[in-house]
Amino acid sequence: MAMAEFPERRGSPLGLLHRLAESDLLHSFLSSPVTVVAAVVTAVFVGAAVFAPWVAPHDPFDLASVNLLDALLPPAWMEGGEWRFPLGTDDQGRDVLSTIIYGSRISLGVGFASVLFALLIGVPLGLVAGYAGGRVDAIIMRIADVQLSFPAILIALLVDGVARGLLPRELHDEMAIYVLVFAIGISGWVQYARTVRGSTLVERDREYVQAARLIGVSPARIMARHILPNVLGPVLVIATIHLALAIITEATLSFLGVGVPPTQPSLGTLIRIGNDYLFSGEWWITVFPGAALAILVLAVNLLGDWLRDALNPKLR
Amino acid sequence: MAETGRQALLQVERLRVEFPTRRGRLVAVDDVSFDIHAGEVLGVVGESGAGKSVTGSAIIGLLDPPGRIAGGRILFDGQRIDDLPEERMRRIRGRHIGAVFQDPLTSLNPLYTIGRQLTETILTHLDVTPREARERAIRLLEEVGIPAAARRIDAYPHEFSGGMRQRVVIALALCAEPRLVIADEPTTALDVSVQAQIITLLKRVCREHGAAVMLITHDMGVIAEAADRVAVMYAGRIVEIGPVADVIRHPRHPYTVGLMGSIPPLHRKVERLVQIAGSMPRLHEIPPGCAFHPRCPRCFAPCRERRPERFAVAAGHEVACWLYGEAGDAAA
Amino acid sequence: MLAFILRRLVQSVLVMLAVGLIAFALFRYVGDPINNLVGQETSLADREALREQLGLNDPFPVQYARFLAGAIRGDFGYSYIYRRPVAELIAERMPATLELSFAAALLALLVGVPMGVYTALRRRGILAQAFMMLSLIGVSIPTFLIGILLILFFGVLLRWLPTFGRGEVVELGWWSTGLLTVSGLKALIMPAVTLALFQMTLIMRLVRSEMLEVLRTDYIRFARARGLRSRTIHFGHALKNTLVPVMTITGLQLGSIIAFAIITESVFQWPGMGLLFVQAINEVDIPVMAAYLMLIAFIFVLINLIVDILYYLVDPRLRIEKAVAHGHG
Repeated sequence: MAMAEFPERRGSPLGLLHRLAESDLLHSFLSSPVTVVAAVVTAVFVGAAVFAPWVAPHDPFDLASVNLLDALLPPAWMEGGEWRFPLGTDDQGRDVLSTIIYGSRISLGVGFASVLFALLIGVPLGLVAGYAGGRVDAIIMRIADVQLSFPAILIALLVDGVARGLLPRELHDEMAIYVLVFAIGISGWVQYARTVRGSTLVERDREYVQAARLIGVSPARIMARHILPNVLGPVLVIATIHLALAIITEATLSFLGVGVPPTQPSLGTLIRIGNDYLFSGEWWITVFPGAALAILVLAVNLLGDWLRDALNPKLR
Repeated sequence: MAETGRQALLQVERLRVEFPTRRGRLVAVDDVSFDIHAGEVLGVVGESGAGKSVTGSAIIGLLDPPGRIAGGRILFDGQRIDDLPEERMRRIRGRHIGAVFQDPLTSLNPLYTIGRQLTETILTHLDVTPREARERAIRLLEEVGIPAAARRIDAYPHEFSGGMRQRVVIALALCAEPRLVIADEPTTALDVSVQAQIITLLKRVCREHGAAVMLITHDMGVIAEAADRVAVMYAGRIVEIGPVADVIRHPRHPYTVGLMGSIPPLHRKVERLVQIAGSMPRLHEIPPGCAFHPRCPRCFAPCRERRPERFAVAAGHEVACWLYGEAGDAAA
Repeated sequence: MLAFILRRLVQSVLVMLAVGLIAFALFRYVGDPINNLVGQETSLADREALREQLGLNDPFPVQYARFLAGAIRGDFGYSYIYRRPVAELIAERMPATLELSFAAALLALLVGVPMGVYTALRRRGILAQAFMMLSLIGVSIPTFLIGILLILFFGVLLRWLPTFGRGEVVELGWWSTGLLTVSGLKALIMPAVTLALFQMTLIMRLVRSEMLEVLRTDYIRFARARGLRSRTIHFGHALKNTLVPVMTITGLQLGSIIAFAIITESVFQWPGMGLLFVQAINEVDIPVMAAYLMLIAFIFVLINLIVDILYYLVDPRLRIEKAVAHGHG
């Protein structure tokens, strides 16, 4: 009869790094060129977003530097374009490349924040549901099931609409980003909760948890120190895929006009603005932000796909 | 080698199965040779990871990729089957070589009735009408001990208990009248109380249908009960092979000795059970020479360097151990 | 079986009540209904009288019950923006949305399932890898962007298809259909493809991953060990076992098409309920929002119910629970 098994403690960061370096993970990452490209692309976007003021050739929101005379210039390689504005300008004279960089900032910012929010709701709820079981579990899972049958976009739209109704207009504009993060986050917590709950159920019955309970370790401590580290893998996979979804949702909401306020345009807003000029031939105002959005989401999705395959014990 | 002049039903010659992995090629089955004669039950015993199931999978052509046969030959009725194209091999499976796997619950498709699964197998291989196929199926179910077979034939797998399901699986393995059945741990997933019944059933039904059996298991008790001959595997190699009674009562290879000693005997009291120190090496850590030598109480010079050949020690009984070679103490 | 249906029905009703509560809370407490119905100059006294008249001072449960009663009748009050009964607005727009949704659902299924099966069976083939890449792109490009690109390409550049609206419609009693006219059908193509694409790729990936999972099972291995033909194994055993769980998820996905129609309708100016809803969100037209919410919830609950029943019918394990419990075998 085998001795009681004590699972690896993956909590320590240094240990994590060490194991990461010589693990199959790194090898599998490097051996897939697509994934490497995806990671690089994502890193470029994130870098550009974070360092936007230094990276962007112009500041599109500095009203002083924007000149209406520069409006509707085509991309540099076409006739009439200038290399000052590599991807052309929009109807206000703003450099499209710069708006894309700043727009990515908003898109990524809202995306990450929403994922974080959803995580912070979903993971604890999942832990509690799995650990406590019984009625608590039943209630949480019921709510999750019901919410799961409604698409995220609908929930996000609704939350936004309610906020719009509850807050006076000026306040709403100021708070729009927070409302958006809340809306997208609240529409996405369920996946985290379910997965975490599943893992918790498995871990809860293991001997080391029972031993800890016998000794008298508090449930919160058990959940945080013992169960949580073992659950991080799947959570990471979900978070990556959710990030892509969050970015798309934000872009969609902004495109529909119910997302970020016009003063802080995201990639979705830019696409909406450009849409009006599609028929008159100034296609670059929409297409470039659109391409940027698609590439970003594709890269994140590829990373998520790779992560899921790499962390899947069944495929090893 | 085997003593009879008749050609063996199955001849495995120097079989080698490899799994290419990132860390190099792992050899799961290393230069394994044995025969199975028509109608006999050959037990293949060893710990988990010894290569028994892989051998069985290789014979029936169902090695899980990336595993591949990297050397040796497998002959069935004198014809090579290890290098056949898939369609030819498919016709051999079920019709000439059948299989019984470990877990009866997962071996049966939950969405189809057992009757459907039986008749489709029969119709694939035998030239009979659907009605005849159904009758055969019912008869087979009766043979394996399913009560009210004519009614139960239209039931779904989950309506049966574990033991009953394994009986259905055995019926399925035999329904196309194969001459060899590879039974991979057929009782391991069953309740202890049911295991004996199933083994007896398997042996009886195969005998009645004239099928030889390759009985793969880690349970010596099952071997003692059902096998005519037994092959002991360790780290992908056969260390001892011979008639069951002989191997059990007079085990030669130190590993086999250890195996027999670790079973508590019914008739005598023993102070302590024999325990073999250490554990079977992982596939990528197999030691040079004899794979067992680090754990062997009788290890001597050649064991560490050269892989032992097979030496005959009695009629039909061979051991792969230097002790039985010319230089060894126990040479016959 | 009956007990099962009954149980599900009760659950459905409970969900509807819960959603109804949310919709009602929206209706009553977000913004002030009175403010939206009267002008600025109306006196406080008049407002109070109106409040009394509309029953807005009654206790909560009474108002809730009244709301529910109205909802069942289809009466959701008047739109703040259009000043017309909400029910009328929705009825007007429903055919457009439903036709679009059905077309998209059909497309998603007819293309998604076979592609999923193909990419599972021919894993390493070039075409399969290409499909997988395309599907990844399909999931990554937001629906509205696809719509825009299609409009740009087929509408603006090639001028093959109309870029907005429904084309000519034919009135059949209460229903208005665009399926009977050439211009109607032409107008349907791009929106339907746009709406279907996301679902199609999801379905394809789902079918593929489920089928790959099934192909790894012991019973498939046993089937192969019995020498069954590939065709029998793939399309007899594997396909059936794949489609059963896929069915539930797919059904729910198709339900969500109706919600995703919101986006497509916006891009193509398709005169459906979705477009109405977006405008309602923008203008804070609460009655429309509440009504749409209830309607969508109802559709979802209905689809859920149908899918559950279908699942029950198809999977024998669920049906015969009782028999096993009574000790057979």
